[in-house]
Amino acid sequence: MMNKSDAQSDVLFQQEFKIRGGDFVNAGESSCKIRNTLREIGIDSDIIRRIAIAAYEAEMNVVMYAESGVMSINVYREEILLTIDDKGPGIEDIDLAMQPGYSTATEEMREMGFGAGMGLPNMKKNADKFRITSEVGRGTRLEIRIILNGKHD
Amino acid sequence: MTLSHIQTLLHAELLSEHGTQGLDIKYAKASDLMSDVLAFSKPYSERDTVLITGLTNKQVVRTCEIAGVAVIIFVRGKYPTEETVKLAEQCDIPLLTTKMKMFEACGILYTNGVHSASPNNDE
Repeated sequence: MMNKSDAQSDVLFQQEFKIRGGDFVNAGESSCKIRNTLREIGIDSDIIRRIAIAAYEAEMNVVMYAESGVMSINVYREEILLTIDDKGPGIEDIDLAMQPGYSTATEEMREMGFGAGMGLPNMKKNADKFRITSEVGRGTRLEIRIILNGKHD
Repeated sequence: MTLSHIQTLLHAELLSEHGTQGLDIKYAKASDLMSDVLAFSKPYSERDTVLITGLTNKQVVRTCEIAGVAVIIFVRGKYPTEETVKLAEQCDIPLLTTKMKMFEACGILYTNGVHSASPNNDE
């Protein structure tokens, strides 16, 4: 699905990653690849860090909660768009899920150091624009935009 | 502070030597929550921050790579798995382990001039 602003500007770089739910061994690999690729194409390191953090939190969420997901990085002249679409249980109450500290993580996830209820707030904090849509029983879509050459609060 | 100074102060064992050169550690954070580590991320170029943690899985290394943490110190005598060490070598993140508890390790580094890493929004 392309929205208006994407259609208006050319994609300079695009890459897609498949994420498997429950695959804790490889969790985070795609985000590290995104980080390395953005470095290679010469994106500002502070922007890379923000994208990488958002991608990593999102990737961990797919691994922890969903069956599968696709993460896509799109670099435009003016912005970077990161999208994560998953097939999974979805989120019933998005406002509640966005609250720092709220988590539905299992004991196993917490033992690994995840599930502190900071994932979605961390993603939002690092994004210039953050959009989350979800359908219970189907999945969740995240859109994280970071404006290039802009100043982050 | 150099890595070997930290090693001496914490009676720590160096488990992975990749990336040890040219480190000057100024900041530390202590957490077993990976989201906390990400919330305190540092610019990649600076390589001046250590993480003190009790977690030893692979995700700790990935989290540090993403968050720009240069060194990981495991406390309470914990040893990471071979997989974790391998990943740390690939990422050039040196690993140390000490028998000290997290509180002690933090206290010793703090009294020797290592500061608390601040959240990235406050930098």
